Amino acid sequence: MTRFLIRRIILGLVTLWVIITLVFILYYARPGVDPARELAGRAVTPALLANINKAYGFNLPVYVQYWNYLKRLVPIPGQFNLGISNNNHLPVTTIIAQAVPIDISLAVGSAVIWMVLGISVGVLAARRPRSLWDRGATVFVLTGVSMPTFILGLLLLYVLYYLLTIHGIAIFPKPGSYTPITTNPLEWAHDLILPWITLALITAATYSRLTRSSLLEVLGEDYIRTARAKGLSERRVVYRHALRSSLTPIVTQFGIDLATVLGGAIITESIFGLPGLGLAVVQAIEVQNLPVVIGIVLVASFFVVAANIVVDALYAVLDPRVRVS
Amino acid sequence: MTLLAVDNLTVSFPTADGTVQAVRGLSFSVEAGKTLGVVGESGSGKSVSALTMLGLNPGADITGSAVFNGKELLTMNQQQLRQIRGADIAMIFQDPLSSLHPHFRVGWQIAEAIRAHTSVNKRDAKTQAVELLRLVNIPQPERRVEAYPHEMSGGMRQRVMIAMALALKPKLLIADEPTTALDATVQAQLMELLVQMQNEVGMAMIIITHDLGVIASVADEVLVMYAGRASERADARTTFFSPHHPYTRGLLGSVPSATGVVGSRLTPIIGSPPSLISVPTGCGFHPRCPFAMEMCIDDQPDLVEIPAGGHHVSACWLPPEMTGVGVAMDTARQRYASAHRGVRSSKLPGVVAAVEGATVYA
Repeated sequence: MTRFLIRRIILGLVTLWVIITLVFILYYARPGVDPARELAGRAVTPALLANINKAYGFNLPVYVQYWNYLKRLVPIPGQFNLGISNNNHLPVTTIIAQAVPIDISLAVGSAVIWMVLGISVGVLAARRPRSLWDRGATVFVLTGVSMPTFILGLLLLYVLYYLLTIHGIAIFPKPGSYTPITTNPLEWAHDLILPWITLALITAATYSRLTRSSLLEVLGEDYIRTARAKGLSERRVVYRHALRSSLTPIVTQFGIDLATVLGGAIITESIFGLPGLGLAVVQAIEVQNLPVVIGIVLVASFFVVAANIVVDALYAVLDPRVRVS
Repeated sequence: MTLLAVDNLTVSFPTADGTVQAVRGLSFSVEAGKTLGVVGESGSGKSVSALTMLGLNPGADITGSAVFNGKELLTMNQQQLRQIRGADIAMIFQDPLSSLHPHFRVGWQIAEAIRAHTSVNKRDAKTQAVELLRLVNIPQPERRVEAYPHEMSGGMRQRVMIAMALALKPKLLIADEPTTALDATVQAQLMELLVQMQNEVGMAMIIITHDLGVIASVADEVLVMYAGRASERADARTTFFSPHHPYTRGLLGSVPSATGVVGSRLTPIIGSPPSLISVPTGCGFHPRCPFAMEMCIDDQPDLVEIPAGGHHVSACWLPPEMTGVGVAMDTARQRYASAHRGVRSSKLPGVVAAVEGATVYA
C-alpha cells in the first residue's frame, strides 16, 4: 500500500515537472518570441522592457533561465515565487492565495450536492429499470448534460434572485457576495448556494448516468446472487455489496471534476462575480497579464495531478486487488 | 421424512424472442439427510429450478409447488424467503471466485451470513467464522479469515463458500456445479468434504452437475433432466447400472473410462440440446435419440415406474425390458462402485452384486 502510494506520488511529480517545463518553453523559450515583450503587457516602454529583462534574467542563457525558473518553483517558504503581477504589482502568490479559498469553497459545496444528488438518482434508476423513476432520471440526465452553465446560472439568478427579490422575497444573496467560512459558516453557505446548485446540477447528471450503468452491471454479478442467497435484505445487497463495487468509475470521474472546479470554474465564477481563480485568469488574459496566467496554469495543473493521486489512493482503499499490483 | 417436495414446477421467462420454457413440469422430492444428484446438459433447467425455489429468479413466471419442511416456498414473499435463504436452505455456486465479493475479507463475508439470521455480535460472528474455516479444513484459519478472495486458490475459495453455506447448519444444501470450475484432484477433495459435512450437520443435499462422475460416489438418488423435464429418476445404483432412458445411457456412454478397451471410442450424444423457446413436440429428446419411434414425435411420455428397480421412474416409451441394454462399464460407474465398497456400502444393500457385475465388465 505504502509502496503503491509512493510510486503514484513520484509519477505525479514527474507529470508536474513535464507541465512546468512545457509552460516554460511555451512562455519563455518559444522560438521567435521576446518573453520580456510578452510579460510587459500593453503599456510597453523601453525602460519597462529593460527592467523585466533584468528582473527575469532573459538576457542569460536559456538553461540558466530554466534552472532559475525551476528554483523559484521549489515549494519552500521564502524561495517559492511565481513572479509579480504587472497589473497591480502584487506577488502572483498573493493573488492566487486570495482566490483559492473561493474555489475550494465552490468545489467542496457543489461536490457534496452533486455526489448525493447524482448517486441517489442513479441508484433509484438502477433499482427499477424502465420504471417511471428511471425515465425521470433519464430526463434529468439529458437536461443536465445538455444545459450550458451560463444558461442554467443566469436562469437561477433571474428566477431565484431577481424575480424573488423584486417581489419582496429576498432569500438568495446578490451576485458577488462572498463571506469566508472562518467569518461566518452560515453566511458562507448562504452566499454560495446558487453557484453550488449551478455547478452541481450540471455535474450530477454525469454521476447518475455512471451510477445507473455501473450498478446495473454489478447487480448481475455472481457475488450479488451469493449475497441474496445468504438471506441478506435487498437494501443491504444494493447499498453494501453492489454500490461498493460500482464506486470505481464514480471515483475516477470525481477526481477529474473536483480538480476542474478547484483550478477555476471560469463560467460560474464570472456569472456570480466570485473572485476565484477562474475570474482572475479571465481578467489576466484580457490585459495580457502573463505572470498571473502562468501562475494559475501551474496551480490548476497541480490540482489535477494531486486529485489523480488521491483517486488512485481511493482505488486502493476501495479494491484490495489494486493494492497488490 | 420428506424435506422438500417439488410438484409440477414450471418456470418460464418472457423474452423478446419468445417465451423461454426453462422448466416444464418438474417433480421430485428430497428426503431429510439424503443426497439427490441432478444431472443434465447446460440449459436443461437444473440451476433454474434451484434458484426458483429460493426466489432468486426475478421476472420468471412460475407455477406448481415446492413444499419445504411443510411450507410452500413458491407463494412466500421476499421477506419470508429471506429468512429461509442461507438459514434453512443454503446454496453454493459454480465459480467461487466470482461468487465471493472481491472487496470484502472472507471472514467478514461469513460473519455477515451469520449475522443476517442471528443476533450475535461482530466479534462472536468472526470467532464462528474461524471455526467454520477450520471445519472445512482450511489451514491457519485465524490468518485466513482476514484474507481476500483473490488471495486464495480456487479450491480454498470453494471451501470458504461451503463454510459460509454451513454457517447456520441448514437443513438443505444446494450445490450448483460445485466443482466444475476446479481441477480434478480438488474436485474429489471437495466432494469428500461435502459428504463429511453432511455427516456432521445432517443436512440433505441437492448436487447439480453435468458430470455423472461427480455425483457417482455421493448421491443417494439421481434425477436426470432434459429440456426442462425429468427424464429419469432412480436410486444411484439403478441409474449407473440399469438406466432405462436413452438419454441417461447416452450420458453414461460419453464419460471417458480409465479402464476401457484401448482404442475404443466414446459414444457421444449426437446433436445439441434444443432451444427452450421452441421445444420439440412429443419427447423433447426424440431428435437426438437413437431409439426414436413414431410415437416419440407426437406424444410426450410421462414418468412411469420401471418395475425392476427401487423407485425407478423413466419418461420414455421404450418397454421396461430395454432397461440397461447396451451400457458398457465406464469411469462414472467405476467410481460409484469403488466409493460404495468402502464407507457407505453398508447404507446400500445390494451393492456387492453391483461391484461383482462391474468386475465382469472391466
